[in-house]
Amino acid sequence: MDLLNALVALTNYVMIPAVAYGSQLALGALGVTMIYAVLRFSNFAHGDTMAFGTMVTILVTWWMQSMGINLGPLPTALLALPFGILGCMALLLFTDRVVYRFYREQKAKPVIFVMVSLGVMFMMNGLVRFIIGPGDQRFSDGERFIVSARDFKAMTGLREGLAFKTSQGITIITAVVVVAALFWFLNRTRTGKSMRAYSDNEDLALLSGINPERVVMYTWMIVAGLATIAGVLYGLDKSFKPFTYFQLLLPIFAAAIVGGLGNPIGAIAGGFVIAFSEVSITYAWKKILRYLMPENLEPDGLVQLLSTDYKFAVSFVILLIVLLFKPTGLFKGKSV
Amino acid sequence: MKKLLMATAAVALTAGTAFAGGHAKEVKLGILFGFTGPIESLAPSMGAGAELAMAEVTKSGMLLDTATVTPMRADTGCIDNGLSTANAEKMLADGVSGIIGGDCSGVTGAILQNVAIPNGMVMISPSATSPGLSTMEDNGLFFRTAPSDAREGQVMAEVLTDRGVKSIALTYTNNDYGKGLADAIKTSFEAVGGEVTISAAHEDGKGDYSAEVGALASAGGDILVVAGYLDQGGLGIIQSSLDSGAFDKFGLPGGMIGDSLPANVGADLNGSFGQIAGSGGQGAEAYFAMAEEAGFDGSSPYSPESYDAAALVMLAMQAANSKDPADYGAKIMDVANAPGEKIYPGELGKALELLKAGTDIDYVGASAVELIGPGESAGSYREIEVTDGANKTVQFR
Repeated sequence: MDLLNALVALTNYVMIPAVAYGSQLALGALGVTMIYAVLRFSNFAHGDTMAFGTMVTILVTWWMQSMGINLGPLPTALLALPFGILGCMALLLFTDRVVYRFYREQKAKPVIFVMVSLGVMFMMNGLVRFIIGPGDQRFSDGERFIVSARDFKAMTGLREGLAFKTSQGITIITAVVVVAALFWFLNRTRTGKSMRAYSDNEDLALLSGINPERVVMYTWMIVAGLATIAGVLYGLDKSFKPFTYFQLLLPIFAAAIVGGLGNPIGAIAGGFVIAFSEVSITYAWKKILRYLMPENLEPDGLVQLLSTDYKFAVSFVILLIVLLFKPTGLFKGKSV
Repeated sequence: MKKLLMATAAVALTAGTAFAGGHAKEVKLGILFGFTGPIESLAPSMGAGAELAMAEVTKSGMLLDTATVTPMRADTGCIDNGLSTANAEKMLADGVSGIIGGDCSGVTGAILQNVAIPNGMVMISPSATSPGLSTMEDNGLFFRTAPSDAREGQVMAEVLTDRGVKSIALTYTNNDYGKGLADAIKTSFEAVGGEVTISAAHEDGKGDYSAEVGALASAGGDILVVAGYLDQGGLGIIQSSLDSGAFDKFGLPGGMIGDSLPANVGADLNGSFGQIAGSGGQGAEAYFAMAEEAGFDGSSPYSPESYDAAALVMLAMQAANSKDPADYGAKIMDVANAPGEKIYPGELGKALELLKAGTDIDYVGASAVELIGPGESAGSYREIEVTDGANKTVQFR
């Protein structure tokens, strides 16, 4: 019984939150890594791209809610998601047209691109705050829980509750579907193959007749999709606030770099490595150990490695360790 | 061109003097609250309360030979020291004779140290409750109609013991207010034999509090006491605790009491309880009725205290027969406390008349004002329980 209780507590406080958070990070990191692979720069505006896509989705969700359109037990935001993606695509293609294309024609160095993306970040930052405001926005509706802690306790008679939120379930399922679709696209379709070719060797790709502007356009469109989906899932699961999306940039970059920049599998693995480390290092293990240890060995303290205030520091430390010992990341990516 | 400039300057000068002359009978009072930020849902009713008192005095025409009182609002952001001192400076430049504010403890301390003391300006805060402000050197310029959190800690300990709570987990918002209150609750609760399993800070404005809640759940306890803000991290912590089933009952100190919390959290909050500075009786009832007539919610937290803060400043001015802070500051304690005739909300005109005639008054006001020690309210509290999605007052302590 104690073992079961410990297992349930572990699932409730560590596994489920970490898997959901990891999926959100992985989707974000995939976007960063795609841009790095094809366009060859680190896109600092990615967090705010997520915020923009989410904002459009939220606005459409509110409109749908006011018209009485809903998905029953599922959040209405899923129905509004395609509109968010379209809005985000429009914004990214517009920025590419008026900003990045100019520097591409100049054959600017990657570091200049990074600085440019920093400027784009500030613009998007302001745009989102201007339209929807800097505060918290709530847009989730439908059933809150698949299994709520109270029901679980009543059902099993265990002391520990297990809560599984609808948003967490949706996050995990969506992440699996999106990742599968992305890999199918990259490996099986003509456009996907031409993108990989362009990423591997730009000159060779040009020689074999691949149109670079088309490749760039598709990349931005896919990135818009990934960013909006990641942003909406994060917002449904937690809450939408422009500033938190800007802060997400750090764990997302950590995930992409840890996995190996430019490597899609690495981005996914990196997302989960970061999420699990953040959650498990800042978790207080006392509750679980109390079930597992014999009574006289029970811990008095919280058995918490780092206070939760240092959550972001965990991403930094992992980033440092990986860069020191394996600069190309866990899976072989392009060097940073 | 030069002539034109001279002429304009001359005109401006004369206009300026005329302006000043016409306003000799105007008293400007600053209202310095956090209209944006963590307690932005409370600030409008607080501001309206202070303005209600000023309108009442202006209407009576009794203050300092029929002076009119003009309110001047500015924002503190509740946690933004830079913004609040800049706004306080601006108020002084605009010629206010007293400041009603600040609201949150951290910015109140900053305004006091950087603006009020150097300029000799009187400040009355309706809602700054940090115990640290009791001991801060204030040259007799700082007062508050809200009690110190040291007192709230005692009351919370009483409430907890009366409800049979043996152990609590405690989390506080990481600033002066949260830390001070958490320490007060911890000391008082342990003094009556309760156990505090953990006292951990949380940061406001994060998207996700599951990690913080995980630590709190690990420490355990009968209930979770959240010394935070209802529009900020406090809400996130409660939401996340309920989601993960970590705690299902919460202790809610002053910063967490407001209509938006039950509205945002929903039915799961029923049964949680707390306390907030406030009092019942004749004064409060009269104030609620006046507020309803003026079109705002007088029972919103710290709204009665704001009315009282503004009233005290104006009554002290009348008692000193001067709008100079150096003169009337010393009179605030006199008008607030016995002996004298008791004054309730809506009777400010009468009070001004009595003061003019040289009679003592004892201002009771909307929140049963009784200033003690370094000029702070002795503190009566409303004990609140969330029932059917609304804050219901159970009793007064």
